[in-house]
Amino acid sequence: MIVVIDYNVGNVRSVCKAFRYLGCEVQLSSRPDEIEAAEGLVLPGVAAFGYAVGVLGSLAELIKELALAGKPLLGICVGHQLLFEKSCEHGEHAGLGLVKGDVVRLPAGRVIPHMGWNKVVIREDMDLFAGLGSEKHFYFAHSYYSDVKDGGTKIAYTDYGFELPASVQKDNIYGAQFHPEKSGNTGLQVLRNFVSVCEKGKR
Amino acid sequence: MLTKRIIPCLDVKDGRVVKGVQFLNLRDAGDPVELGKRYSDEGADELVFLDITATIRSRKTIVGLVERVAENVFIPFTVGGGIHTIEQIDELLRSGAEKVSINTAAVQNTDIITKAAERFGNQCIVLAIDARRSKVKKGHWQVCVKAGTEPTDIDVVQWAVKGEQLGAGEILLTSMDADGTQAGYDNELNRAVSDAVNIPLIASGGAGRLEHLHDAIVKGGADAVLMASITHFETISIRQMKEYLAKRQIPMNL
Repeated sequence: MIVVIDYNVGNVRSVCKAFRYLGCEVQLSSRPDEIEAAEGLVLPGVAAFGYAVGVLGSLAELIKELALAGKPLLGICVGHQLLFEKSCEHGEHAGLGLVKGDVVRLPAGRVIPHMGWNKVVIREDMDLFAGLGSEKHFYFAHSYYSDVKDGGTKIAYTDYGFELPASVQKDNIYGAQFHPEKSGNTGLQVLRNFVSVCEKGKR
Repeated sequence: MLTKRIIPCLDVKDGRVVKGVQFLNLRDAGDPVELGKRYSDEGADELVFLDITATIRSRKTIVGLVERVAENVFIPFTVGGGIHTIEQIDELLRSGAEKVSINTAAVQNTDIITKAAERFGNQCIVLAIDARRSKVKKGHWQVCVKAGTEPTDIDVVQWAVKGEQLGAGEILLTSMDADGTQAGYDNELNRAVSDAVNIPLIASGGAGRLEHLHDAIVKGGADAVLMASITHFETISIRQMKEYLAKRQIPMNL
């Protein structure tokens, strides 16, 4: 069972719907016992960073603890950004600190938000991209991005006038700045790959 | 490189997709979920659903529609029409919409854009502007509200700039003069707005031929092109549009 963390932000249901479409057992929950029992956790997010941190509240510590203990965790969009140490969106807010780096505004000199389908150069050694070839388009919609400063983290990039981290993997912790649940069949494959990671953990 | 987007627009009335000319003379174009799914399968980058009746009853229908679309379509979609409150936005996003577009409510109360952006993030707040060429001031356009029925004294370019400052993440700009005519986008309008703002611009109204799409992107400076008549009545497929543009060096997700 995969648990999608329900913390009163937009789009949580579309993530669930995508997993269901794949025939995967998924539950939307904010209950600590259900979160603890999950084979994998998904932290979605269409929200401003500060709002997301506020409504996540005490669940943040639990998610962090479980991820550090080895439970697969996938952060999507703002959920991806929450994996990092802090963000400067509308004031400074601390994140989960699971991956070293800050969330900062996209540099000026380009259209912001970064909105639409951009090509990600795929690293074969990243679990989320298994079976997807060398490059694929994914749907992005964000004004802030993760400036990754973590030597132990694998990063896949997209080009938005600079090398923008599109996805990270640090041990059992995964992040996607893009929306796999809104990236058509390619995105569904990413979610399927996350399910495989969770199933491996169970065995 | 970020690709330019092809966005079919589905105007919904009484649970059906309809399309008119200059906002009038509506024709039936099919079931919204089926049509949305078809466009997604054909390679659309995004979809827009507009509740063009926007009554209390139709709002309930549209939430149900969003839920059904979200179960079948895994590309982003925007929902608009009659959105006036943060609660409505929350409900639509939670039901599976990626973005909401706000038109009349933003003109009546600019606060809603800022409040929504602070809570949900700028990227899901689309400022929809219905623009009509001014008959008195040459090279100017006036903002119209209430599904285009009520002209205001607000200048479109100034309103777009203000919308960005308020926190909108994108502008959906419809030329009422060009809407449904299939005679080409109003690229003078598109260019005036795309030069004035730094957020993405979706050009809307007037698509009839492949070169219109190219013109909106190159001459109008649009980041995305929206169309209805030409896709609903199957004149041109989405695949054809993308291949045509890609051949002309426009970055596309093919």
